[in-house]
Amino acid sequence: MKKIKPLFLLIFSLLIPVISFAQNSEVEMADLLRQDGKIYVVIGVICIILTGILLFLLTIDRKVRNLEQNQKR
Amino acid sequence: MSLKNNSLFTGIQWWKWTCIVLLFYTFIQGLLIEVPRLPILNETIRNLFFHVTIWFAMIIMMISSVVYGIKYLRSNNIDFDIKSSESAYTGVFLGILGLATGSLWAKYTWGAWWVNDAKLNGAAATMLVYLAYIVLRGSIDDENKKAKISAVYGIFAFTLMLVFIMILPRLTDSLHPGNGGNPGFSKYDLDSKMRTVFYPAVFAWSLLATWIAEIRVRIKRVSASQNH
Repeated sequence: MKKIKPLFLLIFSLLIPVISFAQNSEVEMADLLRQDGKIYVVIGVICIILTGILLFLLTIDRKVRNLEQNQKR
Repeated sequence: MSLKNNSLFTGIQWWKWTCIVLLFYTFIQGLLIEVPRLPILNETIRNLFFHVTIWFAMIIMMISSVVYGIKYLRSNNIDFDIKSSESAYTGVFLGILGLATGSLWAKYTWGAWWVNDAKLNGAAATMLVYLAYIVLRGSIDDENKKAKISAVYGIFAFTLMLVFIMILPRLTDSLHPGNGGNPGFSKYDLDSKMRTVFYPAVFAWSLLATWIAEIRVRIKRVSASQNH
């Protein structure tokens, strides 16, 4: 677990939002979504999916590692 | 089974950690960062961090495939063939994702799922060339013959890919940014803000592709040594 802590700190530091200032307001952008703060919901969903996929990949990695270790014996 | 080595995180190399961090960075910053306000494109300009980078990762996989293919031809070491073919398989997978995402993006910016464009048809032709690579490998039983023929075909396929997606689209008119006199996204990215996500995203997707290919190589190695 010691190894994971700096990683999570890094990930959370990336969550610090980038504040957007409207410039050319004639062009349609997702400003309202940002005002409502709901873009963070999307990011949350994406992060959950990404975490799941990466955990799945890590599990496969571990399975292969076990196979390799069993074979050496 | 040794339980000691069973932790999910033991033996995870530094580049895999880098991959995880950069992927989170890509997805979070890719949605939050301030992007140029452009008509038609609107927020879809953010696809630059996902669609374009997937193709970059695909090209890196194909470079890896052709390099290991040449290494195999020079050494006859079957391990190089495993690395070469698994890189190509991973590249094909990314290419299919690239075609699908590009098609969706085209629907909402160009107005059609597919347009008769040099870049798009070139990308599709590249995928067909690499699908033929898979079929070719599947049709030969002898391991060494399979490795040799597919390595040679791999060089041919890689050259065709360069012609189809790098050279030909630049020689003709193309809707696709960065081709045929059409400016790339670097022109819109005046304050280089998008670059701060784009380049890490290229690394993130390339590392993820390498990770997947690496696992496939290791599975191949284990099953190859069980068969002998």
